[in-house]
Amino acid sequence: MTGLQFLLALVLAPLPFAAAATDAATIVQQGNGKGAAPCMACHGTDGGGMAVNGYPRLAGLDAAYIQRQLDDFANGTRRNPVMQPNASALSEDERAALAKYYSALPVPAHAVAPPAGAGATLATQGDWSRGLPACVRCHGPGGMGVGANFPPLAGQSAAYIASQLRAWQQGTRRNDPLQLMQHVAKQLTPQEVDAVAGWFAAQPLPAGESRP
Amino acid sequence: MKHLPISLLAVLALAACSRQVPEAPAKNRGVSAAATSAMQAAGAASSPVAEPAFTPPPAAAIPAGPLGDEIRLGRAIFTDTGEHAHEYVGNRLSCSNCHLDAGRLANSAPLWGAWGVYPQYRKKNGRVNSFGERLQGCFRFSMNGKAPPLDSDVIVALETYAWWLSKGAPTGVKLAGAGYPKEGFKPPQPPDYARGAAVYAKNCALCHGADGQGQQADGRDVFPPLWGAQSFNWGAGMHQLDNAAAFIKANMPFSRGGTLSDQDAWDVAMYMDAHERPQDPRYAGDVAATRAKYHDTPMSLYGTVVDGHLLGSEPSK
Repeated sequence: MTGLQFLLALVLAPLPFAAAATDAATIVQQGNGKGAAPCMACHGTDGGGMAVNGYPRLAGLDAAYIQRQLDDFANGTRRNPVMQPNASALSEDERAALAKYYSALPVPAHAVAPPAGAGATLATQGDWSRGLPACVRCHGPGGMGVGANFPPLAGQSAAYIASQLRAWQQGTRRNDPLQLMQHVAKQLTPQEVDAVAGWFAAQPLPAGESRP
Repeated sequence: MKHLPISLLAVLALAACSRQVPEAPAKNRGVSAAATSAMQAAGAASSPVAEPAFTPPPAAAIPAGPLGDEIRLGRAIFTDTGEHAHEYVGNRLSCSNCHLDAGRLANSAPLWGAWGVYPQYRKKNGRVNSFGERLQGCFRFSMNGKAPPLDSDVIVALETYAWWLSKGAPTGVKLAGAGYPKEGFKPPQPPDYARGAAVYAKNCALCHGADGQGQQADGRDVFPPLWGAQSFNWGAGMHQLDNAAAFIKANMPFSRGGTLSDQDAWDVAMYMDAHERPQDPRYAGDVAATRAKYHDTPMSLYGTVVDGHLLGSEPSK
């Protein structure tokens, strides 16, 4: 290797990583120019989502979880009129880069409302007389999230959580491992869906750090 | 593991159901007065008469005041044992990992199914045990820790919680849903390690991890470790295949109990129980002697060779 080649290798080596990071940030702000809209239009400039509209926070979610959701929008096991075309317009590399990008973002601060009372019991104790375990048994204490398969619910948009519970009920979302969520969600009444969604939305999640 | 003799299986299925049903004494043993009465009780419990049903009171019904405080403390110890009884706990398990819904759930060895059948003669230690002594055994084996004194806050709070959950339940009889549903639950074929590994990968690794070590979130235990240094030791009831298979069949995957086939439940129970875990605290100097003394049953893999490894020879530390 000549001195020049060595120098070139040194300079060029970090580029692929830098390029991937740039791609994700660009897609978030401008879209990918191939049909995928800028993510921030709905998920916010900081990845915090738009709670009132039911657009979920992505900042700090597990990268493998985000990537699987994008893949599942693209393959149809998770159905959504907005996300399906967008995910389908992203390449596999772009989905991976976006998942990594959002997982690395710090969790934005969110207003914590007093938790709705009716949801607390279901969330923390469940109702085993109907075969319903407590939500926190899998989603972690306070809904903090566990690993790549049990996303955090704490501080997530109540409208989003409720819409997902209804999607599990209706079968428009069926990308859950072992059908755990479809089975659980189908036991819930409409009132319970809203109550439990409200409880998790009101749970504190420390701002400023990425969550598992 | 080779074939399980069916007749022995039947005896053991009854004998190992030690949580709730008084045991039938093992053959060739001297039969004490206590054992004789236990045998009569066992005969009565296994008669075709329907087992009484029982529903424990809801958590919201725990009374106010000092008694309620003690019940709540017992419940807290039960559901987060390492946090509230840490000096007696040697692993990352909680009571409620194997007794679901804070000890309330039928077919998950509920506390209300155990409370009314103690004091009880137990072959495991050859004497009549009070309920408190039975709890001590849980700490020594399942929690891989040490027994809290009978008059300790931990034991008294747990007893108070169990008593409260059992209020109104008939005593001295096996209730419907007590223990794990082992009666008549047999593997169609002898349990198999390789099949069990496949069942595990498909149904269990999601929560318990491919390595069986469970999962935590921010250092807090969420999914319990199934083997290794942070799980129950070789003396715990769950290391016996019939207990594990019945628990798994009735309760796993979590919230999807009853969905595994009988064969899958037995195979995956064997897979779980064919991994190393902390040594039996009654270790008698070598594995063969310990097996002869405490594990002389086809329901225990301790001291047997599975997948080329002599179980118990390299206990987890």
